[in-house]
Amino acid sequence: MSRDSFAARARRNASFAVGAALVAMLILATALSLVWTPYPPGAIDVPHKLLEPSFAHWLGTDSLGRDIVSQLLAGARVSILVGVIAVGIGLIFGVALGLAAASAKGIAEDIIMRLCDFTFAFPALLLAIMFTAVLGAGIVNAILAIGIFNVPVFAKVTRALGNNVLARDYAMAARAAGKGPIAIAFEHVLPNVAPALIVQATIQFAIAILAEAALSYLGLGAQPPQASWGRMLSDAQQLMFLAPRLAVFPGLAVVLAVLGLNLLGDGLRDLLDPRLRARR
Amino acid sequence: MLLEVANLNIDLPTADGARRIVREASFTLDRGQTLGIVGESGSGKTMTALALMGLLPDGATTSGAIVFEGRDLTRLSEARMQELRGDRIAMIFQEPMTALNPLHSIGRQIAEPLILHRGLSKAAARTQAVKLLERVGLADPARRARAYPHELSGGQRQRAMIAMALSCEPRLVIADEPTTALDVTVQAQILDLIADLGEQSNMALILVSHDLAVIAQNCARVLVMYSGMTMESGRTQDVLARPAHPYTKALLEARPRVSAPRGERLHAIAGAAPSADAMPKGCPFAGRCPLTIEACRLAPPAPVTLRGDHTARCIRIDAAERLA
Repeated sequence: MSRDSFAARARRNASFAVGAALVAMLILATALSLVWTPYPPGAIDVPHKLLEPSFAHWLGTDSLGRDIVSQLLAGARVSILVGVIAVGIGLIFGVALGLAAASAKGIAEDIIMRLCDFTFAFPALLLAIMFTAVLGAGIVNAILAIGIFNVPVFAKVTRALGNNVLARDYAMAARAAGKGPIAIAFEHVLPNVAPALIVQATIQFAIAILAEAALSYLGLGAQPPQASWGRMLSDAQQLMFLAPRLAVFPGLAVVLAVLGLNLLGDGLRDLLDPRLRARR
Repeated sequence: MLLEVANLNIDLPTADGARRIVREASFTLDRGQTLGIVGESGSGKTMTALALMGLLPDGATTSGAIVFEGRDLTRLSEARMQELRGDRIAMIFQEPMTALNPLHSIGRQIAEPLILHRGLSKAAARTQAVKLLERVGLADPARRARAYPHELSGGQRQRAMIAMALSCEPRLVIADEPTTALDVTVQAQILDLIADLGEQSNMALILVSHDLAVIAQNCARVLVMYSGMTMESGRTQDVLARPAHPYTKALLEARPRVSAPRGERLHAIAGAAPSADAMPKGCPFAGRCPLTIEACRLAPPAPVTLRGDHTARCIRIDAAERLA
C-alpha cells in the first residue's frame, strides 16, 4: 500500500523524475565506459587533433587528438567513484558521530559538535588543496579530502534529527521497555533519520563531483592520463577562443550531473517528507 | 511490600539553579494493589512516575528512597535499571499515536521486550506477541501484529501499548494518563482492560491522571498532588467521601455534576498554582485556599493523620472539617 502511493507520487513529482533521469544517465555512462568507449580514453592521436564533431568523432577531438566522447564517458567513471567514496566516508563516520553525540548528550555531545564546527570553519576547498599539497596530488587523496569534509555535514544532520527522534514518545517508550542507548540509536533513531540522510547524500554527492572537478582543474585531483571532467576543463582553457566546445562539453557534463543530483535530492525530500507520509 | 517511596524529592536543573518539583512524596504499594495519583498539570505526578522508572530528564536529581522489591532504585546503576524496565516495572504512555515507532510493525514492537528480557527467539517472541494482542482484545491478532501503527485506531494502538507493557508480566505497571488521548467510550474499555489484566496476573498499578472520576473507578488508594506536594492520601472512598484537605474539597466541587441545577456554572478554584520557580516557602495552596491564615505562609505543612492511613497536609484540618 505504501509502495504504490510512493510510486504514484514519484511519477507526479517533476524534480524527482528529471533528477532521476539525469542521474540514471550518469550511472549508465559510467557503466558503459567500463565495457566500451569509442576510442581508448587516453589515446593520443596528434595528426587528428582539434577535429570538429564528425561521424568518426561525435564531439570531435582535443589538442592531443583524444576523442571527447571517450574522455567524457571515462570522466563520468571518476565522478561517480569520487562521489560514492567521499559520500560513503561522510556517511559512515558522520552518522556514527552524530548518533553518538545525540545518544551521549552532555560533554561528549559538545566535544563532537565543536569538532564539527572546527572543521566547518575552514574553507573546504582550501583545506582540500592543502591536503593534496601535503600528501601529494592524486585522485585518492582528493577523494579523502572531500570525504573528510562530508563527515561533519552528516554528523550535524544526524545529531539534530536524532535529538528530535529521541525526544519522541516512542524513544521514551523504548527506554521504558529496558532498551539501552545503543539499541535505541540503531533501531529507532537511524531508521527515522534515514530519509533525511538520503536527501543529504544526493546533495553531498553533487558537491563532491564539483569539488573533484575543481581539484582536477587545479591539477590536484586526477592525474594524466586519467580522464576527468575537471582536467578536460583545465586543458581546454588554453584553447578557449580557438575551440570553445572543448570547454563546453565537459562543463555541460558537470552541470547536468550536479543538476540531476540536486533535483533528485529535492524530489526525494518531497517524497520522503514525514508530513506528507502522515497524510497518506 | 512491593514498592515503598519515602521522602522522595525531585530537583530539575534550570538556568537559575535547581528547582524542586516534587517534595517529600511518600507512599507504599503492595502486590496487586492499585494507587491513583491525581493532580493538575505541573503538580509533579508525571515526574513522580518517571522517577519510579528511572527515566527523569537529564540532570534531574532525587533524594529519598524508592525501594522496589527490596532494592533502592535511586542507587541502582543504569545497567541494572535497564534490566528492571520493561521486565519488572513497565509503563503505559499517554499518547498511543506517538509512543509507537511508526516504522516498525506492532508485532515487532511487542516482541522486543520479550527478546530483550526473556531471551526468546525472534519467532517465539512473535508468536507470543500475537497471543498478547489477543489477550488485550484485538480482533484478528495475527493480522494486527503485521500492521504498522498508522493502520490502527487510537484505541487499538493503546491496546497494543498495553500488550507491550504487559509482555514480560511486570510486577508494577505505571500508566500515565493512559486514556487522555482517547474518546470517552474507548476510555472506559481501556481502563477496564488494564484493571482486568492487572488483577489476573496480580500486578500492582499506579494510575496517573488529572481525572478524579478515572481514579475513583479504578484505584483502591489515591494520592492528591498539588505543586509537587502530596496534599492528601488514603483509601479512595475515604478521600472522596470525606475529603480533609481544602484543595481536595475544591477539586471535588469543581467537578461537573449531573444533579446540579440547570444553568449553574461549574465551580472554579480562584487564582493559579504557583510556578515552580517562585515556590512559596509555606503551603503552596495558601492564598487560593479560603482558610488561609498567616501561619500557612510560614512553613510547609506536615502530614496530619486522620483515620487509618488517610493523611492530609494542612495545618487547618480542624477548620476544614468544620467547613465540610
